[in-house]
Amino acid sequence: MKGGAIPKVAVPQVSARQVSAPHVLVVYTDDEPGVLTRVASLIRRRGFNIHSLTVGPTERAGLSRMTIVVDSDAPMVRQAVEHLRKLVNVLEVQQLGERPKVIRDLVLVRVAARPETRSEVLQLAQVFRATVVDIAEDSLVIECTGSLDKIDALVDTMRPFGILELGRTGAVAMARGTRNPPAGRAPLPLRTGTESMSV
Amino acid sequence: MQEPAAEFTGAQLIWESLLREGVDTVFGYPGGAILPAYDALVGYPIRHVLVRHEQSAAHMADGYARASGRTGVVVATSGPGATNLVTGLATAMLDSTPLVAITGQVGSALLGTDAFQEVDITGITIPVTKHNYLVTRAEDIVPAIREAFAVAGSGRPGPVLVDITKDAQQSRAALDWDAATPQRHLRHLPPPLDAAVLAQALELIRHAKRPLILAGHGIQMAGARAEVLALAERADIPFALTLLGLGAVPATHPLSLGMMGMHGEAWVNRAIQEADLLLAFGMRFDDRVTGKLKEYAPNAKKIHVDIDASELNKNVPVDVAIAGDLKDVLRALLPDIPVADRSAWLGAIREWRGDSAVRDIQNLPDDGHLYAAHVMHDLWKLTKGGAVVVTDVGQHQMWEAQYYKHDGERSLVTSGGAGTMGFALPAAIGAKIARPEAEVWVVAGDGGFQMTFAELMTAVQENVKVNIAIINNGYLGMVRQWQALFYESRYSATPILSPDFVKLADAFGIPGQRVETRADLAAAVGRARAAQGPALIEFKVEQEDSVYPMVPAGAALHDMIRRPSALAETGSDPA
Repeated sequence: MKGGAIPKVAVPQVSARQVSAPHVLVVYTDDEPGVLTRVASLIRRRGFNIHSLTVGPTERAGLSRMTIVVDSDAPMVRQAVEHLRKLVNVLEVQQLGERPKVIRDLVLVRVAARPETRSEVLQLAQVFRATVVDIAEDSLVIECTGSLDKIDALVDTMRPFGILELGRTGAVAMARGTRNPPAGRAPLPLRTGTESMSV
Repeated sequence: MQEPAAEFTGAQLIWESLLREGVDTVFGYPGGAILPAYDALVGYPIRHVLVRHEQSAAHMADGYARASGRTGVVVATSGPGATNLVTGLATAMLDSTPLVAITGQVGSALLGTDAFQEVDITGITIPVTKHNYLVTRAEDIVPAIREAFAVAGSGRPGPVLVDITKDAQQSRAALDWDAATPQRHLRHLPPPLDAAVLAQALELIRHAKRPLILAGHGIQMAGARAEVLALAERADIPFALTLLGLGAVPATHPLSLGMMGMHGEAWVNRAIQEADLLLAFGMRFDDRVTGKLKEYAPNAKKIHVDIDASELNKNVPVDVAIAGDLKDVLRALLPDIPVADRSAWLGAIREWRGDSAVRDIQNLPDDGHLYAAHVMHDLWKLTKGGAVVVTDVGQHQMWEAQYYKHDGERSLVTSGGAGTMGFALPAAIGAKIARPEAEVWVVAGDGGFQMTFAELMTAVQENVKVNIAIINNGYLGMVRQWQALFYESRYSATPILSPDFVKLADAFGIPGQRVETRADLAAAVGRARAAQGPALIEFKVEQEDSVYPMVPAGAALHDMIRRPSALAETGSDPA
């Protein structure tokens, strides 16, 4: 290869894990101990299949935001939404549905890279706008952010070189366009000093 | 009650909160981790009913709540005290009973260390409560209990558990009731009624030729009896009842058909299968009422009203789904409900009904055998249908549902969703305490009664006048029936011995009687009713009788097993 030109790579067709039209739920909850347990318990108990669940803080103190990607048909997803809405700690459940949305997943993947394959791995990583965040004698750690499909494709591309370790965050999603804040009928903020109160 | 700024111990704050929530009675059992609360109880005008097992305390609080509509309260200690509540909480959860359980917990410094009598009861009870709390600071007790009552009683009611560490009970905090006003239970109130959806419902009602109301427990909880009756009468629509719906609307109303489902009346299930419109009010299409879903009510459009949106389109896809308070929904619909005359439809149902009635066990000559159906029918006649009947789970429960005609609201207390054996006696004690003026009857089988009969002593100690009818057939009868029908009569582990119930009653210091013929029934019931305190009657009934008709699990509603001999078909007196 010459002149540092990026080779064209046929992006492989991805596995069955690909969620072509995933049902994406955004769930706003109280930021309290045990809320994740309640949500996880509900999902397990009702048998909802989920692809991923991520949780983190939001722009408001006391408020957490979960992104749940559900692998189920529409009636099942509707059930999941209604059951989530019954949890006292849940303020709002948004079903992103057909709305334009941004879905992002982050992966860290440690790829075997001996001196003779290292440059090829690096070039392929570049195709995906992935970043190399660690280099060892015989491996690289690549970080990449993107849609679920893109991350799947990156992983499949790297597989022939040997994937030594892989971690994904699961999807974080947001609707495009005007911000859609939680419209829970009861006002925030919650009482202060309740951290110890709920499990 | 004290000034808001005053300091209280956490233990006192528990009782201050309960008083302010209007609680007059709690059911419980003391122990190490709840000792501070019990110590503080002495200073409060709240009746404590000491049970013999915490499971029974939960059932008593449940019976108290179901009979009265108020929220029941149960108190237990940590560890085994708390885990013993689990069956009672699950029972309340599945039948939507408002209940608040307060449990002691080990000191907060010991949490997570497997300390003596420490179990993670909040972790354990997540699936069987609407919500629960672990309170580790005295200042969080009032907000937690206030919110617990709000959550338990709002929307679709259910149990809530508040676990309070011993140090939280012992430390001090100010009482600021108003600052603890709960709000989070308001997050998911049903949306405002949608006029377009109501219009669709009206359109279906207007065009229906063979409509049928499916009357459920929600009618009672919404207090919508008058509205349901108004709609039924104006539009001339008959109603069928779920087990928990019995009493929600009167059984002897001309439009009442009786119970639906697995042991429902044949004509009721036939009406469901032939209806062209079902109006499901506060019921949830449980598998025991639908039978095989694919063949359920194949000709019917369906309107479903329930306060719990997650019940809509869950088991049965419906044409119009309305999430809302039934009373509100019916009040919105009623002005536009057209007056109708459906004599053709009602006539057809009457014909099916008459066909069954002539085969009714009640209409056959006395052959010297005592049948449970006789006991239920005669008990209904003797109490003039006015008793609160609390049943256990099994055959007797179905016979009660078939033969005791419940007209009054909250006149039947029974474990429907969970099917908890051992429920009847403790729940009846709770019901009688909630409604001391009511005549309360326990109807239990010999199996279920033996699960919780230690509570007889609770009834004696607390002087609670409950009358107890034990339907003794020497078997775990409903399981035996399934073995007879589906397991080639291999009676595996179903024959069950009982103690001498008359002597047992004597040991508890209450009058006991044994009845073996129908002729002796009325006098025995009369003596039990006249007794000052609790009284027990053992009815020795036909041993291998089965409940008919029966829709086998998984079969379509019209595939009923009928009584094999000409002896009898279930049914009621021709109205």
